Amino acid sequence: MKNKRSLLAIPYVGWMALFVVAPIIMVVIYAFTTADFSVTGENFTRMSTFTVIFTRSFKLAIIATLVCLLIGYPLSYAMAKEGKGFQRVAMLLIMLPMWVNFLLRTYSMMSIMENNGLINQFFAAIGLFDLINHVFGTNIQYFKMIGTQGAVVVGMVYNYLPFMVLPIYSTLIKMDNTLLEAAQDLGADTATVFRKVILPLSLPGILSGVTMVFVPSVSTFAISRLLGGGIQMLLGDLIEQQFLGGAYNPHLGSAIALVMMVIVVACMWVMNRFGEGEEQAVML
Amino acid sequence: MKKLTALTLACTLAASLSLTACSVERVDDSGNSGNNTSTDGNRVLNVCNWGEYIDESLITKFEEQTGIKVNYQTAESNESLYSLLKTGGANYDVICPSDYMISQLIEEDMLQPLNYDNIPNYEKIGDEFKGLAFDPENKYTVPYTWGTLGIIYNKTMVDGEITSWSSLYDDANKGNVLLINNSRDAFGNALIYLGYSVNTTNETEIREAYELIADAAKRGIFQGKVMDEVFNKMEQGNAAIATYYAGDYLTMYENNPDLAYVLPEEGANWFVDAWCILKNAQHTSEAEEWINFLASTDSSLANMDYIWYASPNTEALEKYPEYYKETYGEELDMELYNIMAPSTDVLKKCENYVVLPEETRTLYNDLWIQLGL
Amino acid sequence: MSMNKKNRLGNRIFIGLIFFFLYAPILLLIFYSFNAADSSVIWKGFSLRWYAKLFQNQLIIKSVYNTLLVSALATIIATIVGTLSAIGLYSMRRKFREPLLTINNIPMMNADIVTGVAMCLFFVAVLGGWNYFASNYRFLVNFFGSTYRITFPQLSLGFGTLLIAHITFDIPYVILSVAPKLRQMDKNLVDAAQDLGCTWRQAFFKVILPEIMPGIVSGALIAFTMSVDDFVISYFTAGSATSTLAMQIYSMTKKGVTPEINAVSTILFVVVLALLIIVNVREARAEKAAAKRVY
Repeated sequence: MKNKRSLLAIPYVGWMALFVVAPIIMVVIYAFTTADFSVTGENFTRMSTFTVIFTRSFKLAIIATLVCLLIGYPLSYAMAKEGKGFQRVAMLLIMLPMWVNFLLRTYSMMSIMENNGLINQFFAAIGLFDLINHVFGTNIQYFKMIGTQGAVVVGMVYNYLPFMVLPIYSTLIKMDNTLLEAAQDLGADTATVFRKVILPLSLPGILSGVTMVFVPSVSTFAISRLLGGGIQMLLGDLIEQQFLGGAYNPHLGSAIALVMMVIVVACMWVMNRFGEGEEQAVML
Repeated sequence: MKKLTALTLACTLAASLSLTACSVERVDDSGNSGNNTSTDGNRVLNVCNWGEYIDESLITKFEEQTGIKVNYQTAESNESLYSLLKTGGANYDVICPSDYMISQLIEEDMLQPLNYDNIPNYEKIGDEFKGLAFDPENKYTVPYTWGTLGIIYNKTMVDGEITSWSSLYDDANKGNVLLINNSRDAFGNALIYLGYSVNTTNETEIREAYELIADAAKRGIFQGKVMDEVFNKMEQGNAAIATYYAGDYLTMYENNPDLAYVLPEEGANWFVDAWCILKNAQHTSEAEEWINFLASTDSSLANMDYIWYASPNTEALEKYPEYYKETYGEELDMELYNIMAPSTDVLKKCENYVVLPEETRTLYNDLWIQLGL
Repeated sequence: MSMNKKNRLGNRIFIGLIFFFLYAPILLLIFYSFNAADSSVIWKGFSLRWYAKLFQNQLIIKSVYNTLLVSALATIIATIVGTLSAIGLYSMRRKFREPLLTINNIPMMNADIVTGVAMCLFFVAVLGGWNYFASNYRFLVNFFGSTYRITFPQLSLGFGTLLIAHITFDIPYVILSVAPKLRQMDKNLVDAAQDLGCTWRQAFFKVILPEIMPGIVSGALIAFTMSVDDFVISYFTAGSATSTLAMQIYSMTKKGVTPEINAVSTILFVVVLALLIIVNVREARAEKAAAKRVY
């Protein structure tokens, strides 16, 4: 009977083989060939040219992930401490932005941060620039935000923060309160309880949150294009450019995608080892 | 369970049908096919044009006149159009690339020769736009628009008048310059500034142009790298200097009169964009109708008025000032007209792009991504 | 967890600030959908003209339709396939299950852009092969005395490939939310039911399905959300002729987004908000009722 039931997975296994495994094999084939499909390693030797973009991508993604963690953990913690009704509303509010397309939200972010955008207009209206110019003898009319790496990080945090909050929050509310009480009864102070009990127990949530923020951050191309003004190119932009953008070369693009994939998988593997997370903490 | 199975089946069936529907048609005795796809009442045409590059009411008008359903799409730049075509992600019938890209597509055998008998309005196109380097024998193209690529700047944001390409790389405009987001134009501007031909194949010269841009980027001159984003950024005064096309300048000028356009003293580039039909197009006759429709004087006038790019239709060019007066009840500013359709004297100082040999194109691509901006 | 009043205030201020950060751009976007001017910067008075214009804009309406259709179809198919395969996977021996679960994680763990370009290359290769076949082979079939010609159409990236891509990245989410419910379920339950004379089909509908229903529902919800929100994978697999709302917006972010897009997003936002509120109020009531019964 049991074996018969496992046959239910067959369509799915076939589907995955066809549409997950086969496409990745295509990427590998493209990465190791030239335009006329002769085998070559050239695509990889050229990779050194893109060191700047690789380092920038990983740097910004790591910063964004850390910021998300530093904001997301306290936020989840604060939410978990609230009452049921409050939690319900807060969860709803965390999920809701995902229903407004992220490009549109990012675009809106862009119009806020432009040189002539809302923030700068606000600062100008309250006389901040006059004050600064007066005190420091400078001549600035705006703070430059668009086109900086800071803006790209803000965009990533803005877009991916919910992905950090959701898994952490769900591990925190599942936590057994009696454990905490037991620790306190045994004489642990708040900091110790947090360090020795809460943090280790919420580790699976943190790990899956980090993954869910880091992976899209390192590979985004729309955020860097909008908020980075197109001059803070990331790996995603580089890959997109080779396929549908201004420098057609799918072979090089595949090679870059492959290298990025390998690095990301390696990072995740090390991280999961470190957290001995046997199974991915389930979102929600 | 039955319902579920039925639902799954229905869904997969619908999906696979839309994917692999084969057509069965009856063949009559003589062996000719009974019905032809072009007469079955479902005529469609897949068009790819640039963004903001047509008076949209013309599309509706064309659909009403011919009964052809137009799938209208836009591409961002010649290079990304090329990528789209190469990737196989597109099923366009008719496209509107620029001169140098047309030669490249012809070279790679991706276009089909036109049947000019079906495009009678081709006669109205001025001779100066025929037989150009990209299509010397007039076999593949019908010119759609032409114009120049110059500098657009905000008079309130820069000191004095701009006359040279040097302003793009000048510390005085730090953080306020928008670099154009395609390799051909960006390197082209730098090459002109350095006194070289935009069509040079000399690697040292191209590398020199690259160094010029890369160095300016390092000094933080560029605020961003843009194509059509330029409209918003310039209109709202978020950047001071950009390079873009004359017609688009006129659109921006309507929304922000502080903007000025200049063809720098070192010279500039002038371009022709033309309609072509792709080799694997499935709606050739519809495409020809489309091209013919847009080449007419009426369409050209409507387009000129809407997108502000000059038409190669001689009659429309002559009539435009009059048309403007009739439509708006006031005289057309001839200064604007001259920006839109510069005289031959001005064009003489400008250079047309021609297709570069493959190794130079590879060099362009490599340097462009190396710029890493 | 309990806390004192002062702490609670600090907590709420902190939460409020974060929500302000998350919602400021959205509120701005909604605000400017009512702008009389064609701008997201300059306010020129209240107007509903963009809502009126929205319904005349075929491109946007069509892309919204495409988005909803592909998301709904992908969610239905992915939910059914995902649920069945989760049951299948949990009936397998560990030796087989583990590698399959790893593959299941690939589309979730992989960067969207890698999934996107991989599928793009794959589809283009397959379609290329098909088109070669279609243009070179025709079949003449003699059927009841008249001859029919069967021709195969040229195919390109489009709605079909888009749907396949969406199903593929949706299935893992369904499996991941159904799996824990299966794990929680008492394994003997099904056996007991069958011992008591249930057929396998009855056992499935009467025992398994009700047990894992919450998992299926939340899986379907996540899948639908992911489909609607997806841009990158659609961008690489939809080809040029089909466009989802996200793709439409992406091309518009270049030329300048017209307030029609703000309007359509506002409508979607309000609909989802209303749905979520209704669902949550009902749940809260049900919980309260359940709590009353207990005490």
